[in-house]
Amino acid sequence: MKFDTPAGDNPIDRMTVVGRPHSRIDGPLKTTGRATYAYEHHREAPTAAYGHVIGAGIAKGRIRSMDLGAARSAPGVLGIVTAREAGKLGKGDYNTAPLLGGPEIDHYHQAIAVVVAETFEQARAAAALVKVDYNRTPGDFDLAAALDKAPAPDEDRLGQFEQAFDAAPFKLDALYTTPDQSHAMMEPFATLAAWDGDQLTVWTSNQMIDWGRGDLAKTLNIPKDKVRLISPYIGGGFGGKLFLRADALMAALGARLVQRPVKVALTRPMLVNNSTHRPATRQRIRIGAKPDGEIIAIAHESSSGDLPDGGPETAVNQTRLLYAGANRLTSLRLAVLNLPEGNAMRAPGEASGMMALEIAMDEMAEKLGMDPIAFRVQNDTQVDPENPDRPFSQRNLVRCLEDGARRFGWARRNARPASVTDGRWLVGMGVAAAFRNNLNVTSGARVRLATDGRITVETDMTDIGTGSYTIIAQTAAEMMGVPLDRVTVKLGDSSFPVSAGSGGQFGAGSSTSGVYAACVKLREAVAGNLGLDPAEAVFEGGKVKGARRSAPLAEAAKAGELVAEDAMTWGDLDETYQQSTFGGHFVEVGVDRYTGAIRVRRMLAVCAAGRILNPVTARSQVIGAMTMGVGGALMEKLEVDKRLGYFVNHDLAGYEVPVHADIPHQEVIFLDEADDKVSPMKAKGIGELGLCGVGAAVANAVYNATGVRVRDYPVTLDKHLDRLPAVS
Amino acid sequence: MPPPPNLDLSRRGVLATGAATAAVAAAPAGAAQGKPAMTADPAPLPVSLEVNGKVRDLSPDARTTLLDALREHLHLTGTKKGCDHGQCGACTVLVNGVRINSCLTLAVMHQGDKVTTIEGLGAPDALHPMQAAFIRHDGYQCGYCTPGQICSAVATLDEIKRGVPSHVSASLTDKPRATNLEMRERMSGNICRCGAYSNIAEAMAEIAGDAG
Repeated sequence: MKFDTPAGDNPIDRMTVVGRPHSRIDGPLKTTGRATYAYEHHREAPTAAYGHVIGAGIAKGRIRSMDLGAARSAPGVLGIVTAREAGKLGKGDYNTAPLLGGPEIDHYHQAIAVVVAETFEQARAAAALVKVDYNRTPGDFDLAAALDKAPAPDEDRLGQFEQAFDAAPFKLDALYTTPDQSHAMMEPFATLAAWDGDQLTVWTSNQMIDWGRGDLAKTLNIPKDKVRLISPYIGGGFGGKLFLRADALMAALGARLVQRPVKVALTRPMLVNNSTHRPATRQRIRIGAKPDGEIIAIAHESSSGDLPDGGPETAVNQTRLLYAGANRLTSLRLAVLNLPEGNAMRAPGEASGMMALEIAMDEMAEKLGMDPIAFRVQNDTQVDPENPDRPFSQRNLVRCLEDGARRFGWARRNARPASVTDGRWLVGMGVAAAFRNNLNVTSGARVRLATDGRITVETDMTDIGTGSYTIIAQTAAEMMGVPLDRVTVKLGDSSFPVSAGSGGQFGAGSSTSGVYAACVKLREAVAGNLGLDPAEAVFEGGKVKGARRSAPLAEAAKAGELVAEDAMTWGDLDETYQQSTFGGHFVEVGVDRYTGAIRVRRMLAVCAAGRILNPVTARSQVIGAMTMGVGGALMEKLEVDKRLGYFVNHDLAGYEVPVHADIPHQEVIFLDEADDKVSPMKAKGIGELGLCGVGAAVANAVYNATGVRVRDYPVTLDKHLDRLPAVS
Repeated sequence: MPPPPNLDLSRRGVLATGAATAAVAAAPAGAAQGKPAMTADPAPLPVSLEVNGKVRDLSPDARTTLLDALREHLHLTGTKKGCDHGQCGACTVLVNGVRINSCLTLAVMHQGDKVTTIEGLGAPDALHPMQAAFIRHDGYQCGYCTPGQICSAVATLDEIKRGVPSHVSASLTDKPRATNLEMRERMSGNICRCGAYSNIAEAMAEIAGDAG
């Protein structure tokens, strides 16, 4: 089915199951420890051996030699795979650096070997006996220095930015920095690999089943149809598990060598430097405005680094669309760095870009003497600023900000910084817009109607905590007119139709649209079997009702199971209309006037993202993103060792993420919307919107509390302590 | 914890063990110089645990953590390995009623101990009240930290009930109350990267309220 004209009325609009606050259908398994993650498939592979991956001890250079003798003869060892044993490997389409290094080393902790043994303890102990002799060569590890020799930036321009900015009566020109960040999902990369002849099955933890399958086949130089990839439960990903990673490759190579299933989990201290991270950025923002607050010139120039052949952090995306202004400049500059691979982390581009842009908007509002909400409202646009003939499909940013202001008590905010106290606390409020584009991706599904009337959905879609199991069940239940508990959902298996997968907040809208398409086909088959007109048949209450007769749904399958499969593909409505999601983030912080310590006291997000398929799971996506935003604002930073070229704080003690004590009660409001331009579900993504802008709202609240502006994330107490208001 | 039977460690014995450990740690350097590596496996040590009410006899490698004994030997995979370093809390279980990080303790240290894992708290058709509250309040997303969160939540409310003070308790001697601040402080060893904290706090508040 192709979605190429705005959706009319359809069965989803009934919203008897879709849009209702159903608890997750996978909840009883997850809360009782019965959901099986990648490393836990004992039943499928009772004889699995254990692989321990060794990471490179240098950032750049060559392995001169590896002494495997002691490890090979260590107790329980079954075999060791290095680049030499692996033979010639391909490189996955989605990988920047090869996953197995040697003799060339591309980054610190790049995998160089897997030691396979009978037990976990034996594999780990034997791995410690491997001696590696390296020839270390110099590399580029300092972003600011590497940018000096980087190629000129790619620019997008509209009007005459420089002239307009120079002439503007009110101006801001500031540099903002965001650090490297780590996904730090709770489940490490883990894979169980088993060969049956030339057929490989991997139980792994991967957000994008088809990408992972294709890249594993490509890396191993075997046909894609020889690989089956299974990920029914995924312990978090946040973009870190979008791609094939070393765990899957090394498990497959180890299992091939020892002729036995092998399971591999990367150790926590290896995760950070072995895999991808969100790259650091340096962002220069210039805004020029008239005295009434109208923006006449806006420029956002971002720089970041990556390995050779990598890509930039696209931190200026939102600035092309979020605010009006006749003269515009955005640019991306990319330096080559020999740090581990930079890549997507939740809301790539916008998460970092909004951290900077929404502080800049706060600063500019202050220069203009305007309320920061009024300044944003003044510069709202209902069309693509670079192409005024292209309207937004739906854009309620102003309502998000104004509703949020009312609910949060924004009127009580004192615009003069450092003027509100509560005992030892300096108290401040901050606001930021939230913005993230909606994307649609081709997504397929198979739907079965069993003889007992039960519905089963099969798709390679993944649930990384997002709620996919539940919203897919709700979609099928709504379409087929059955209660939710009559639907079974099977996900994360490459033997099912290829779906959108989980990434870029495209999963919910795309995958449920694919299920919608398959259900439309199944409805036609059902109506045909029952002698009803599919266009008129109404599916509800377990029955199918036509003009003259009604029949139980199960009756359509009395001669045998009915199966329908289809995929949703997309026309050019995303070109005709700019499809985006919007929100307003509101934060209140307290800053200890003696120590400078920052505590978040209250948080509110108001979101506009089309139809909300399930308010429970959608709300959780948003509070989770708000939590990650607090991390980005106040604590998360990978520290770069610029001499040796690696991230120093590569575990959960050194890389600090928010814990319970850091996060207060969080409120989320969804505007009641349905966007008929995006899909038959009329729903847009929400999982990344919740992160875009939170960090700036926190930073702006800290500024409002202290009067000290920090433009260098994370906002830690050392950056404002010496400038806090004097304690009288 | 009562001393395990059949394992009478004198101070001299502990010192001797310490020296042996140092020798093992030095072995790789020796191996690089062509000397034979000291690679013998430690002898398996029998240990008997009572896991979720059932006595389980094991002979694990002495290096096997309680976490790996549960996951790899007993196939109780509800207890999760997030970091293996005591930094994340995903492996939290109850040992003799008290929560611990099962990755930071060796299985052989638990002779005769009563271990309760997430599987022992409840099952999908017979949920523990805390498990049911997590479902009602959506106190989880990816589910990987969830068993540890739930074990920790059960133990936290018990600690508050028993009057164990925390860093944020106003007094060391007054009985603490299950306030939002108390619960968040005590739960801070259990990281949830999906960020379900606000919902977990509500699930716990409901159970704390029920307990009166």
